[in-house]
Amino acid sequence: MIESAALTVTGVSHAYGPRKALDDVSLTVPQARFTALLGLNGAGKTTLFSLITRLYDTRHGSIDVLGYRVSREPGEALRRLGVVFQARTLDLDLSVMDNLLYHAALHGIGGHDARRLAETALRDIDLLDRARDPARKLSGGQMRRVEIARALLHEPRVLVLDEATVGLDVNSKSIILRHVRSLVRERGVAVLWATHLLDEVTDDDAVVVLHRGRVVAAGDVPTVVRTANSKDMRSAFIALTGGGKEDPE
Amino acid sequence: MSTHVISRERRGFSAGQYLICLRGIIWRETLRFVHQRGRFISAIVRPLVWLFIFAAGFRQILGVSIIPPYDTYVLYDVYVSPGLVAMIQLFNGMQSSLSMVYDREMGNMRMLLVSPFPRWFLLLGKLLASTSVSLLQVFAYLVIAWFWGAQAPGWGYLAVIPALILSGMMMGSLGMLLSSGIKQLENFAGVMNFVIFPMFFASSALYPLWLVQQSSPVVYLICRLNPFTYAVELIRFALYLEVDWLSLAVVAGATVLFTLGAIIAYDPARGLTSRRGGPG
Repeated sequence: MIESAALTVTGVSHAYGPRKALDDVSLTVPQARFTALLGLNGAGKTTLFSLITRLYDTRHGSIDVLGYRVSREPGEALRRLGVVFQARTLDLDLSVMDNLLYHAALHGIGGHDARRLAETALRDIDLLDRARDPARKLSGGQMRRVEIARALLHEPRVLVLDEATVGLDVNSKSIILRHVRSLVRERGVAVLWATHLLDEVTDDDAVVVLHRGRVVAAGDVPTVVRTANSKDMRSAFIALTGGGKEDPE
Repeated sequence: MSTHVISRERRGFSAGQYLICLRGIIWRETLRFVHQRGRFISAIVRPLVWLFIFAAGFRQILGVSIIPPYDTYVLYDVYVSPGLVAMIQLFNGMQSSLSMVYDREMGNMRMLLVSPFPRWFLLLGKLLASTSVSLLQVFAYLVIAWFWGAQAPGWGYLAVIPALILSGMMMGSLGMLLSSGIKQLENFAGVMNFVIFPMFFASSALYPLWLVQQSSPVVYLICRLNPFTYAVELIRFALYLEVDWLSLAVVAGATVLFTLGAIIAYDPARGLTSRRGGPG
């Protein structure tokens, strides 16, 4: 089946001084597909996210979001991208609704449209009744759900999430994963889900394994398992990442 | 999907959308300021302490001769008031930068920086937001100072607004430039001490420069090189419905310089951010 790419990373390298964080990374996130970016801590996932979202400039290689090159047309690329960072990015002093309205304004959406979209987004995650509460009163899982709702407020076609379930309990994790997978199924959103947790990957997912700044395997789960000459994804991941030892930061 | 789905065809933003974004940034800063009551109270109390206590003491020992823009002898309270207005803006500029460093540490800054609007526009929006907040503080102070007797001509309160916007932007852009080079919140306290106090004291905020010149030509030279001096004078003259062209030129020039510096520093292609070690 031929799938057109929602997000394409081609030959991207990035270094912090002498330390190379990414080395010739290439990957593709197909449209309407859940792609897991698997890697241990320090593998380069967050650096890659910073490049995709243009927090850092791409000096080597290229990144395209739905055909728009991030380095040449950052505005066009970013307006088609929803982002959930690993660190919490809600303004805790503002209400949940104000956080969403602020994000809408940052995408040029205001007035009734913004409010309607925010209400719909909160209804979708069952938090409409918390709209007026300060963000700091939400639980960790609720905050994450609001961040995902916020990332989708401008209705992007591509959603990238960096370790979105870190620090959450099993129940919250499961709710968030279910919600994101439903976005792929029901709305056709392309998702790049960065994680170091294998239990967040299913057999239907596309997988990219990042290790020490390099892509060491990519494809659907059976392909990655075959590449690693292993019997399942867990053993494949261990084989590909040198026994699961974390990289030094 | 609803009408907001962004298709391949829809490109760029309309002027209205730029306005929505700008309004959003200003609204968020104002809301944060309103929620932080302590910040508002300290912003008002700080200059009032100077006015009520410091100026009361100095009124008896420091005579202010007739110097432009005053056409008569003025009380020290009246003389010091524009300097205190500028002090409010200086503190506010640094406070906004502190909030940028905090936002960056907490991650909020990322949401601003991944907005599809141009980076320079977002930073300009932050700058205008910080300036708007400083105007609220300044006018709250001016009202109290008016009742205290530190009064300017009625129209002066209107005429001073453009000067306040410019000087507010100068202080905000300076703070923004400083914040771009600071990675951790703790480091900012030191910078505040090394920036705010020298800028405030080595200026015409508390004493006329001719007095400084008499006592120390070196300090006088430092005061003349300090852009804050010109912000004070710009405000002072504007309150008396006059324009000090040199001050206007220096403040405008410094604003452009600091703003360009901040834009370059926050630009992912040229700035400092991507050269620092980041997380994996």
